[in-house]
Amino acid sequence: MSGTWQAARLVVERDLRLAFRNRGQLLHPLLFFAIVATLFPLALSPEPSRLRDVAPGVLWIGALLASLLAVEFLYREDAQDGTLEQFALSGRSLTWLLFAKTATHWLLSGLPLALMSPIAAYALAVPPAALPGIVAAVSIGTIALSLLGAVSAALTIGIRRGGALLSLLTLPLAVPLLIFGAQATARAIEGSDMAAPLYFLAAFAVLGVTLAPLAAAAAVRISLE
Amino acid sequence: MDWTWFHRFGSPPHLYGLAGRLVPWFAWPAALAIAAGLYGGLVLAPPDYQQGDGFRIIYVHAPSAWLSLMAYTWMAVAAAIGLVWRMKVAHAMAASCAPIGAWFTVAALCTGMLWGKPMWGTYWVWDPRLTAELVLLFLYLGYLGLRSAIEDPQRADRASAVLAVVGVVNVPIVRYSVEWWNSIHQAPSVMKFGKPTISWPMLTPLLIMFVGFTLLFLALVLVRVRGEILRRERQARWVSEVIAA
Amino acid sequence: MLRGLSFDVEGGQYLEVTGSNGAGKTSLLRTIVGLVYAESGQVTWNGLGIHADARAYHAQLAWLGHESPLKADLTPAENLRFALGIRRRVAAAEIAGALTEVGADGFADRPVRTLSAGQRRRVALAGVMLAAVPLWVLDEPQTHLDSAGQGLVGRLIERQIAAGGIVVAAVHAPLPVPEAGTRRIGLSSK
Repeated sequence: MSGTWQAARLVVERDLRLAFRNRGQLLHPLLFFAIVATLFPLALSPEPSRLRDVAPGVLWIGALLASLLAVEFLYREDAQDGTLEQFALSGRSLTWLLFAKTATHWLLSGLPLALMSPIAAYALAVPPAALPGIVAAVSIGTIALSLLGAVSAALTIGIRRGGALLSLLTLPLAVPLLIFGAQATARAIEGSDMAAPLYFLAAFAVLGVTLAPLAAAAAVRISLE
Repeated sequence: MDWTWFHRFGSPPHLYGLAGRLVPWFAWPAALAIAAGLYGGLVLAPPDYQQGDGFRIIYVHAPSAWLSLMAYTWMAVAAAIGLVWRMKVAHAMAASCAPIGAWFTVAALCTGMLWGKPMWGTYWVWDPRLTAELVLLFLYLGYLGLRSAIEDPQRADRASAVLAVVGVVNVPIVRYSVEWWNSIHQAPSVMKFGKPTISWPMLTPLLIMFVGFTLLFLALVLVRVRGEILRRERQARWVSEVIAA
Repeated sequence: MLRGLSFDVEGGQYLEVTGSNGAGKTSLLRTIVGLVYAESGQVTWNGLGIHADARAYHAQLAWLGHESPLKADLTPAENLRFALGIRRRVAAAEIAGALTEVGADGFADRPVRTLSAGQRRRVALAGVMLAAVPLWVLDEPQTHLDSAGQGLVGRLIERQIAAGGIVVAAVHAPLPVPEAGTRRIGLSSK
């Protein structure tokens, strides 16, 4: 049993170390998110009441696209250099190793997005009282998004120019997350009770935790055949 | 338990022959039911007291929408069987369901839009059913896109099968969340009419149309699966015998 | 696609698979390790189909594919620590010892990015050695290696079979291993 935990810990540690040796790449999805949030006031109007109305949509579509951008590279190197083969033949559960990988991915992309979302929200004239709720919603939502993205990314391993296909696979499946996430954010802005949509987001995250690594492992095995 | 029937069903030449023999048994009843349903729906049923004759598009719209969902479910079940038992003909079946289901989805969307014009005064409103149907179309397109993007046919089969299974878990969630989304954004009522009440003379042809469309779907799947099997087995000897005959 | 192939290998044997490009050496090896399913027929390990308990089987084997499975941004020592640590506990001294043995001690602390393909191959071989498992399946282990490196591969294989292990390797030229305990199968396309 301890070996299983050690295996997961090492997967996490390796991915963290690799990420910090390439710090620049971590920033790209975050910058993308910041730029998207900047473009909306320029496209619509700088008027606070209007920005506040569109803020939930801007934040969630931005978060969705930014995490899509990040997940594209989840397996790319591991597939090319044979690490995924070694995972599949390691004698450990591939599902478990991929779960560890996805959790690391969330730490490196989802969590920073969640921490940045209040800054973007504040710039979109969202009242400060709503910010903690927004961080909570984006944190939970990005967990589910990372897991969903991990499945689509596993399905598109080895496909040349698979980026657009990755979006086509992921975005329709992410519709429920967008709906409940944006609704939770809207309620936080109104100051009304946001428990219901948050529970839904949490339910999706739990569903993702239980099913997505299994599907991702199946997809990775298929890519190795 | 005796599993020979299962293995025999899994053999491509057997399924090819079986599908060929079954097609007329589905196609003819389908043609009859659709003809009867259309006659009943377009001629016999009385016009709706609010929508006049406009409602009659329901006789095509509702069965199409139903089949768009059923085709996805069938596809996912076939895909799961193919994944678990490594059964090639199941993948051929899933591959045949996808384009048919996608076309039924397009049909449901188009007829829904045509119906929307007299109902709402515009071709497109973000009605929850239409919206969910649109998302379903994207799911089909993603499936077809993944299939065509992977060159190795076996990998394409198996990867798209995983997607179909993931998708079928998601379809009810999408439906439900779109309903929920609609319930909180009750737009100022643009509906020109109240909920249509449906009477027996209207309902009977509709039920006949459901049966007819389902049979039509099955017939189409059987025709397509024959093509799929031939294409996949083109190197096998039995295929050249079939073609020579 | 491979047809009409049947063989068994016992402890203390080295099986060398030769064949021209495209004859299916890699496919055969990938089938043996269980990455690819045999369309018909099966692979057994200790009398049991390998897919019956794939994880137990994989815990007994080390696989070296075409690519050396190393991360360019990590050093050889780090690479081995992470790759081996997933399988079992390894001490840093063990890793250092293995790196010395394959002649990689001179560059154990440089990022793999800066190493030549031959140097990477040596590190990958150290990984196979460190797995400490009975079955090695190696796809072209000697690629990119100079003649000293080829000798090293031969010595490692010799030691593995002397300890009662099994080595299956696909090669395009015979490796320098003693004839005793070596078996060869040739694949031909058609």
